[in-house]
Amino acid sequence: MSHAQDLPLWAAIIVALLLLLGSGLALVGSYGFWKLRSFYDRVHAPTLGTSWGTGAIVMASMIFFSVLQLRPVLHEFLVGVFVTVTMPITLMLLARAAIYRDRAENNPEVPPMDPPRIKLDVGADPDAPESRS
Amino acid sequence: MKRLFPFPLLTVSLIGMWLLLTSFSLGNLILGTAVALLAVQGLVALDPVRPNIKRWDLLPKLLGIVLLDIIRSNIAVVTIILQGKKRARTSGFLSIPLDLRDPVGLAILSVIITSTPGTAWMDYDSAKGTVLLHIFDLVDEAEWMDIIKNRYEHLLREIFE
Repeated sequence: MSHAQDLPLWAAIIVALLLLLGSGLALVGSYGFWKLRSFYDRVHAPTLGTSWGTGAIVMASMIFFSVLQLRPVLHEFLVGVFVTVTMPITLMLLARAAIYRDRAENNPEVPPMDPPRIKLDVGADPDAPESRS
Repeated sequence: MKRLFPFPLLTVSLIGMWLLLTSFSLGNLILGTAVALLAVQGLVALDPVRPNIKRWDLLPKLLGIVLLDIIRSNIAVVTIILQGKKRARTSGFLSIPLDLRDPVGLAILSVIITSTPGTAWMDYDSAKGTVLLHIFDLVDEAEWMDIIKNRYEHLLREIFE
């Protein structure tokens, strides 16, 4: 059994700072999620918690247990990997549902199916070098 | 060789994951390898797209750029949220034509864009090859275009195409 009071001071300071950073990011993300108004703005706020919020807490956990148990404890790394890799799936599911509904309701905020910028590119030879002005 | 190890990268990752979750020992290495080989045989039945990485040496560079950008955009988004309504901010959609066609490369691009606070991958049109992004702080459309096209897509195309 590991006891937190055995942790040397230098490690305690690093772990505490990382935990504060991670939970601070998650807090700001949740605050933004609450404060922002449109759906599309709100999806940005929680990404603070899923990027460096998770990252900092995972690093704190790795340092804490590695120092206490005197061996590298790295399996928390997998938490970060899986959160990062699976996040786009949920986001795309939510975003496409929201866009679909907004387009059906003709919401002016959402670009229609064929924004003008895309139309310029249709018909262009895909093999031709991009013309830059 | 190809039948026994159809997905070498996945096999190695699964063994690595097994060893991270247990403690390292010869027994766990053998058991983990057996589990990985069996799991990979299951994936073969699904016949997914195989990643075709041509430039391994560029992967650390991509990872470094992405980690730095995530830190930078974390700071930017925190600042914007904490300033609240004091600062005028326009968020908006941006549709970007992509030249990248490799499915694995596109998947990685979507992970990068989603992981970076302030940009969200909304929709991808595979027929036209355009991606619809939502950008939290859309000051300059050309600047964002440049970041996505030259910073990430260029590197991903070098790695995968």
